[in-house]
Amino acid sequence: MKCKTCPGKAVIDIRRHNAAFCKDCFIVHAERQIERTIEGDKMLSKDDRVLVAVSGGKDSLTLWEVLRRLGYHTTGFHIVLGIDHYSPQARATVEGYAKKNGLPLIVTDVKEEYDFSIPELAEYTRRVPCSACGLSKRYLMNRTALQGGFSVLATGHNLDDAAATLLGNLLHWQTPQLGRMGPALEATHPKLVKTVKPLVRLTERETLAYAMLRGIDYHDDECPNAVGATSLFYKDLLNQLEYASPGAKQSFYFGFLKKGRPAFLAAQTDGVELKECEACGQTTTTETCAYCRMMDLARRTAAARSR
Amino acid sequence: MKVIVRRPRREVEMPGSRRVRDLLQELKINPESVLVVRGQELLTPDELVRDEETVEVVPAISGGSAHEV
Ligand code: SF4
Ligand SMILES: [Zn+2]
Ligand SMILES: [Zn+2]
Repeated sequence: MKCKTCPGKAVIDIRRHNAAFCKDCFIVHAERQIERTIEGDKMLSKDDRVLVAVSGGKDSLTLWEVLRRLGYHTTGFHIVLGIDHYSPQARATVEGYAKKNGLPLIVTDVKEEYDFSIPELAEYTRRVPCSACGLSKRYLMNRTALQGGFSVLATGHNLDDAAATLLGNLLHWQTPQLGRMGPALEATHPKLVKTVKPLVRLTERETLAYAMLRGIDYHDDECPNAVGATSLFYKDLLNQLEYASPGAKQSFYFGFLKKGRPAFLAAQTDGVELKECEACGQTTTTETCAYCRMMDLARRTAAARSR
Repeated sequence: MKVIVRRPRREVEMPGSRRVRDLLQELKINPESVLVVRGQELLTPDELVRDEETVEVVPAISGGSAHEV
């Protein structure tokens, strides 16, 4: 195969764009897609202080790499989850990347700072690990961004992540979530930080290609808890669809944002008001936020067991 | 040729040469969810892999529900 834009030999084909690219042209293509997403959705400005959530995987390090190259002011944020051999390796990868590129990095170890690793938290609260993990991450990301005075929080969600989340929300008719989906979410409360997903126009396969071609030293071990995750099943289904009909994921997700989301947003007349959590001050719709309730349950279970 | 597949990791011996597109089809792997590499080199579907060569099928898909943050 030949590169679409130069006489060189292609290294990747992208069927939904009916194109193939050589290494250099693919890198230009991917970075341009990200830049256009950032500009088109007014995600970031060069004055923003951006906190980048970095797990150490290909997506988050690709995000950090591209934002750095585009000249944004970034600080990495890594959460140490305390999961077997997975977490120490992830941490070392992120620290290595930050050091190599001279970038500031904030590391939060949940076990050290909040007493429980993710597996312990899951056990003590009888949640599945990904649920305890997701709630902790979302909470800590917002709080860290707020406390550090960051104006935006950026995450490495790609098109596959976004389409899989949409599919899950549709299958369960999560109508409030459907109204709130999108690659850029403005802060709707003083205690919330704006969040953006600049990689949402790249598939997971394209992000992987970018990370490989740029020689990014990413962490490619899979978290043991991901095995059998529903999101992986959804991604697989969507890729079967994509194979039969190139561009399916893109039109599913972006078509929804354009034509479906407004209706779900308009239907939200219940007007749930955001309050501040009595215990921690973060936003919640109940008296105490979900994170504080989870932590409280974990502490009580741990105390009861040690008696 | 030798094909290394991950998750779970296994090595598959396939006699003879074939194109990337065909070897993925034989292994029933969806090309939308992987990249095929020979050493450091990324391969397009039309690329021919020779009998004596080794390629690796790298999965692109990862993560639990709140994984990529
Ligand atoms: S797979 Fe689940 S537990 Fe593991 S890092 Fe991802 S969200 Fe957390
Ligand atoms: Zn080219
Ligand atoms: Zn709280």
